[in-house]
Amino acid sequence: MFARLSTAVAVICLLGTPSFAQGAKPTDPQIAHIAYTAGVIDVTAAKQAIKKSKNKAVVSFAKDMVRDHEAVNKQALALVKKLKVTPEDNDTSRTLTKQAAAKQAELAKLKGAAYDKAYAANEVAYHKAVIGALETQLIPASSNAELKGLLETGVKIFQGHLEHAEHVAAELK
Amino acid sequence: MLPGLKFVAVLGVVVGAMGSIPAQAETIRVNIDKLVFAPANISAKVGDTIQWVNEDVLAHTATVKGDWDVMIPPKKIVSFVLKKAGDVEYYCRFHPNMKGRIAVAPK
Repeated sequence: MFARLSTAVAVICLLGTPSFAQGAKPTDPQIAHIAYTAGVIDVTAAKQAIKKSKNKAVVSFAKDMVRDHEAVNKQALALVKKLKVTPEDNDTSRTLTKQAAAKQAELAKLKGAAYDKAYAANEVAYHKAVIGALETQLIPASSNAELKGLLETGVKIFQGHLEHAEHVAAELK
Repeated sequence: MLPGLKFVAVLGVVVGAMGSIPAQAETIRVNIDKLVFAPANISAKVGDTIQWVNEDVLAHTATVKGDWDVMIPPKKIVSFVLKKAGDVEYYCRFHPNMKGRIAVAPK
């Protein structure tokens, strides 16, 4: 299972788009960790955007991302505490973090409108990837009903952010 | 004039005066839970108050493009008085997949 997961991860890394490993069925503690990590990654990217961008729409979108993902992750932590589940680091979380760090380094080199466009485009791609992972892997694999419920709300949040990101990206064209 | 008749006449004046007062404004409650406005479609009239009850941990807005924009902080209740007649579609600026509709009748 883990060999297959690593192969999938390697393939995805080569493609260069933010994505999730296929083929492994994560446990609830791993799912909680992946979902939390997905939120942290978007907050980190948004904080970079708030520092770098001078575009009003981009900065305001980034602030929305920080506020929403921090609020949801706080709720997620409260839930895992209540369920007595300890989020467990795993290959998918590690790969996501690694990919995000690489993306952030890439974005750090850009300036002005080029940065804004690249950030918005990455937000669109990232949110699509997370929605896909939630719907096809994390939600079906989760066994706790409350965790599943939070992930389902997560899909709606990410869909909302995706639409918002698409509006911002369209405005920048 | 009989005392009873006088009373009826006075009553008539009072009722007549009340008749000219517009119908009482209502408060319509719209719940927000897990990124859904419920009910999503409502009918109201000018002067009515919409009261959004945000159960989410997220901030939302009720926004009509090119018109009003109401901020609805997490776990808060926010009221808004309808001022114009017409059918309006509103959405949340932060989560544009959240949509609602209000049919606003004149007073």
